[in-house]
Amino acid sequence: MSFFKTVTSKPWLDDEAAFDAAPGGGAGTLKTKRVGLFIFIGVATALFALFGVAYYMRMMMGGWHMLIEPTILGANTVVLIVGSVLMQWASNLSTRGNMRRAKQAFFAGGFAVLLFLGGQYMAWQELIALGCYADVNPANAFFYVITGLHGLHLLGGLFVWARALLRTVDGADDAAISASIELCDYYWHFMLLVWLAIFGLLLST
Amino acid sequence: MVEHEDEQSDDENHEPTSFLTKYVWSQDHKVIAVQYSLTAIAIGLVALVLSWLMRMQLGFPGALEFIDEDAYYQYATMHGMIMVIYLLTAIFLGGFGNYLIPLMVGARDMVFPYLNMLSYWVYLLAVIVLTASFFVPGGPTGAGWTLYPPQSILQGTPGYEWGIILMLTSLVIFIVAFTMGGLNYVTTILQARARGMTLMRMPLTVWGIFIATFMGLLAFPALFVSGVMLLLDRVIGTSFFVPEIISLGDPLAYGGGSPLLFQHLFWFFGHPEVYIVALPAFGIVSDLLSVHARKNIFGYRMMVWALLAIGVLSFIVWAHHMYVSGMDPAFGFFFAITTLIIAVPTAIKVYNWVLTLWRADIHMTVPMLFSLSFILTFVFGGLTGLFLGNVVVDVPLSDTYFVVAHFHMVMGVAPIMIVFGAIYHWYPKITGRMLHGAMGQIHFWVTFLGTYAIYFPMHYLGFVGVPRRYYSYDEIDFIPESAHDLNAAITVAALIVGAAQLLFLYNVFWSLRKGEKAPANPWKATSLEWQTPQTPPAHGNWGKELPVVHRWAYDYSVPGAEEDYLPQNMPRQPFEKSGAHDPHDDKPVTDLQESDK
Repeated sequence: MSFFKTVTSKPWLDDEAAFDAAPGGGAGTLKTKRVGLFIFIGVATALFALFGVAYYMRMMMGGWHMLIEPTILGANTVVLIVGSVLMQWASNLSTRGNMRRAKQAFFAGGFAVLLFLGGQYMAWQELIALGCYADVNPANAFFYVITGLHGLHLLGGLFVWARALLRTVDGADDAAISASIELCDYYWHFMLLVWLAIFGLLLST
Repeated sequence: MVEHEDEQSDDENHEPTSFLTKYVWSQDHKVIAVQYSLTAIAIGLVALVLSWLMRMQLGFPGALEFIDEDAYYQYATMHGMIMVIYLLTAIFLGGFGNYLIPLMVGARDMVFPYLNMLSYWVYLLAVIVLTASFFVPGGPTGAGWTLYPPQSILQGTPGYEWGIILMLTSLVIFIVAFTMGGLNYVTTILQARARGMTLMRMPLTVWGIFIATFMGLLAFPALFVSGVMLLLDRVIGTSFFVPEIISLGDPLAYGGGSPLLFQHLFWFFGHPEVYIVALPAFGIVSDLLSVHARKNIFGYRMMVWALLAIGVLSFIVWAHHMYVSGMDPAFGFFFAITTLIIAVPTAIKVYNWVLTLWRADIHMTVPMLFSLSFILTFVFGGLTGLFLGNVVVDVPLSDTYFVVAHFHMVMGVAPIMIVFGAIYHWYPKITGRMLHGAMGQIHFWVTFLGTYAIYFPMHYLGFVGVPRRYYSYDEIDFIPESAHDLNAAITVAALIVGAAQLLFLYNVFWSLRKGEKAPANPWKATSLEWQTPQTPPAHGNWGKELPVVHRWAYDYSVPGAEEDYLPQNMPRQPFEKSGAHDPHDDKPVTDLQESDK
């Protein structure tokens, strides 16, 4: 039912007794964990968007120098894209029932994010080696904060990923693994989009 | 009618058996709700004592020697922050939200019980970190609850050494806790409703909590962003918010930061926060009025729409807190307009509450008294809000006691009245005992009249021009003697009102053992939480079968019905087929005169 239809309905009237048959909640249409994940993605979007707004507003004030983008960021971006593609592949394979290959792709997709995080760490080292500390230039500070939080969110995803892997080893049934793969797939895409937005913001300023 | 024996129902729910898993590391939403509420009330008591101390200094300057300037600012800061975030937000969403959502929508528990448990323990950690700041060198921060930089993190502000660091850390932790809880509340409402419980059949309490939680999920990130950035400014010396500045004669290493940026971020959170506290109160008061006036809520759909409208509008009014910070007049104009527009859905709600009471069978129970006082207090504080929403009126009044009176009325006293009303209302379901009625009446009248004795004169003080945030008025000539007398009187009232809250706490603990045993549905209410097979509800809430919902939550005094209420899970009755509801009429029939005889 559309949102508008929902909030204009009058389920207390006799002729709408059909409402009695309404299934509980969104039962049957959307999976609960997926709804939870989407809402979390909404919260994280608000968080990163606000950082973006703060970045723009601070940029207009004094003491701002252009950020020297670490050279490794391009390579990191490619790694993250690969991770997202692998996750999508895992998801496709698991819906088609090819669980063995799906698990391999799932493992590789998570591993790519680990690589990305290592790359981000090297980017930080690169900046530090250049003397670009957080307290000398607000652009540097923003870089550390935003990439740091992005990394923390990825770590959260990796936690779920690692738990799913452990359950694979324990021999959990395919349906449960499949659900985990699907959730990770959404989250990986979302984190990739956030990174592309961050990277775009850094490059364009 | 009530079975107090613990019926071992439904082992599929993995009912916890040991004390630890049942009451401490519990994943049961009802236990978590009580944990949240007790923690919030405990830290709220600290804030209450702080307000006593502040009032002592204002009413009887110098009477308590340990209150110096620094201490006064620390009290004011901690009082504000605790009341707004750690008490009101936590008790409405973590407390009532946790207890009521699954019961009211007919679910066995929250959809993510483990996350729910984690939410409480992380919240407790936030409270502990906050409390710890009382015991660190320099004491808690005295920056004011808005924590405006640059002063909040510079030398000269009390608590600049550790207090501010712990405050910001605690806020960040709180936001993590809130996000975990909030995901649960929203997802549970969307996904775990019983059969037949469409969104538009939910009690308004659930709607209020639902929308407030959504707002919290979108607004708290702004506080998170500003908190993290301010923490970095303080700890590692970044310059997000702090401009070039000379402190105590020496130029600091900061440069170019924007204090206004902090204010924008803070109030982008801070204004919705007002409604995060108010919307659950709006929802709960709608239900309390309907139950205790034996009448359906007037304009249910309009109430839902108004909640939605307020939720959306509250995100585009934030800069009205910053009129005196300096802004383009066009911005001021825009934010004044949006601020005044938000009065429209709010007024719709007030009219609907009053119309619900119109020709109703009003039972002057304690929850009803608190609900009525909420309407009065909220209208009162809301009207002064219309004054302050206008730039030209706000500028002269902004730094006076008029503002203190306004926000205490509208988001302090009014929501707290509903916290009390709700506790008196749901206590029988939570504990299986009634709260003592006479103590409740005393608590109500002292609190209600007392808060007016406190805040009503403050409007006058504001008009006289008494500035707020001042530690002492001794050497300010333009403040008349009468203002000092008034301050003393306000302090006396504040002490009495505070003492009345201790009576309330006594009542809560006394009734736990000695209170009259409560029937399953003492108020004869329709919503699902009163229809549980056990009181208090057992683990899993519903025994073997989930309830099925056949009607909205407001079938009171339906003509032709034997009882004057029809529970939500009662199937359609024969007399209802014969046109008791006219399908072409917007409003269900509510002629009480008939059913009252």
